[in-house]
Amino acid sequence: MRNIWIIASREYKRYFADWIPYMIAFVLLAVLGIFFYLNLQIAVIQPGYSPGVEIFLAPLATMLVLLIPAITTRLLAEEQRLGTIELLLTSPVKDWELVAGKWLGGFLLILSIVGVTLIYPLILNQMTEPGIDQGPFISGYLGIVLLGAALIAVGVAVSSFFSNQIAAFVTTLGVFIVIWWILDPVTRITGAGGGNFELIKYLNFSDHFFSNLFIGILDIRDVVYYMSVTAFSLMVASISVEMRRWR
Amino acid sequence: MIKVEGLTKDYGPNRAIDSLSFHVGENEILGFLGPNGAGKTTTMRILCGYMPPTLGKATISGYDIVDQSLEVRRRVGYMPESVPLYPDMTVFDYLKYMADLRGTEDSDENVNKVIGIMNLEERSNSYISNLSKGLKQRVGLAQALVHDPEVLILDEPTIGLDPAQIIEVRNLIQDLGKTRTILLSTHILSEAQQVCDRVLIINEGKLLAEDSPENLQSRLTGAQHILLEIGGDYEGIESLIGEIRGVNRIISSQNGKLEFETIPGIDPRPDVAKAVITAGYDLMELRKAGLSLEEIFLKLTREEKEGLHSVENLQAEIEEE
Repeated sequence: MRNIWIIASREYKRYFADWIPYMIAFVLLAVLGIFFYLNLQIAVIQPGYSPGVEIFLAPLATMLVLLIPAITTRLLAEEQRLGTIELLLTSPVKDWELVAGKWLGGFLLILSIVGVTLIYPLILNQMTEPGIDQGPFISGYLGIVLLGAALIAVGVAVSSFFSNQIAAFVTTLGVFIVIWWILDPVTRITGAGGGNFELIKYLNFSDHFFSNLFIGILDIRDVVYYMSVTAFSLMVASISVEMRRWR
Repeated sequence: MIKVEGLTKDYGPNRAIDSLSFHVGENEILGFLGPNGAGKTTTMRILCGYMPPTLGKATISGYDIVDQSLEVRRRVGYMPESVPLYPDMTVFDYLKYMADLRGTEDSDENVNKVIGIMNLEERSNSYISNLSKGLKQRVGLAQALVHDPEVLILDEPTIGLDPAQIIEVRNLIQDLGKTRTILLSTHILSEAQQVCDRVLIINEGKLLAEDSPENLQSRLTGAQHILLEIGGDYEGIESLIGEIRGVNRIISSQNGKLEFETIPGIDPRPDVAKAVITAGYDLMELRKAGLSLEEIFLKLTREEKEGLHSVENLQAEIEEE
């Protein structure tokens, strides 16, 4: 655990030496702010419309999918470009500890940025009567955290295969787009025709979020799903790092 | 300290090192000599636990490099040839991170100590990206030392430095070698001659020779070659020298400069000096002309190419020449 924490805390600190976390936080808060403002406008015009946490949870989830590649690409790819991977792999640190430390560093950054967005439910809670619905708020944010953890893990796994950060970034974004958007229409199409519907529906990354957690249904299967994706991706990353030794 | 037996590494179909066996004793500085691509870096990477060998076995301080890799890595300080650093960290933070990763108990103390050894006090808060090449090299050495390892493995530690820095780093290595076992690679032969207690010459992944720089010379040359220079009138000097006991034959003679070969085991220099002076010649110079490591190296690698593997063959051939 000590090694994981050493790597994670350095990774976390190092993010703030760069403009990336500030840019991500800025873009995220700006987009959420726009959605928030528009929904408040609609609420003023349309009597009876009471906006809930979904007005910023949906854009938050989508923004994470688009922004997390910027956080994860450098995690392992940069070590390979700088050659510092040689120092890490000759230190008394197990390969999976290295991968877990990298993941934790990125995850802590996402937690911090997501933490800042809590300002919106707080404001909304003040503005609406009798306040926001606690169910979707808690399960929605839990979903965001689980989603962030899984996306970062996938990003770490992709990053472990590259030494070029741009290639890692593009590939990560591509993978995210496939699991987040492409699988959704595929689910619908195959759903209409029967077949492997259940399997594809289960693999659909966004379905676990939008069908349940987003609307306040806390199903243990969704939690297990995101945690399994996280664990599986970290395992792939560990194997990829270990394979590097054999090359 | 370091024991290597039959170490072999294949990269796909290419054999990078081929059944290497050698050992390094405690507080010994072993030079690893060879041209680029000889397999030096591969061997070093295997010893540090960066990658496993295809075949063979090696132990460091009694720990197996594959089965007890973490124990080995705790005891080894490694400086890769490229001197990898994080440019956006300060010297202190970088060294502290490295110390923490290697599991030191009081990393601040270790870092301050190594900053002192490396004379980096004034730069400890500078960003690594702002340092000169020489300073970066020192930081690279510092990271290898920060956890106070028993064994130091340095891959081309002086490459790319200016002459003053090279001397500085060599002196530092010699100092460190008093209390540590050091394996360093180089393709600069004079460096090995200066710094190392023993050298190991490899080419195309195979061990060609292993000995102290001095022994290697005498082993390869067998009989000594001696150079004599006479000032002014030098007529008749060949016959004078040829009669002295211990002189086997005169190899060359030109304008008062003589090179002659001795009978192994006899050093005829005192007699030569006396004879030259008694006969009234002006003695300008009298010295041993050993093969330089460069020559040994070239001969060994040439022989290797021609398929004559043994040092004995080579020795016989040199004697014939």
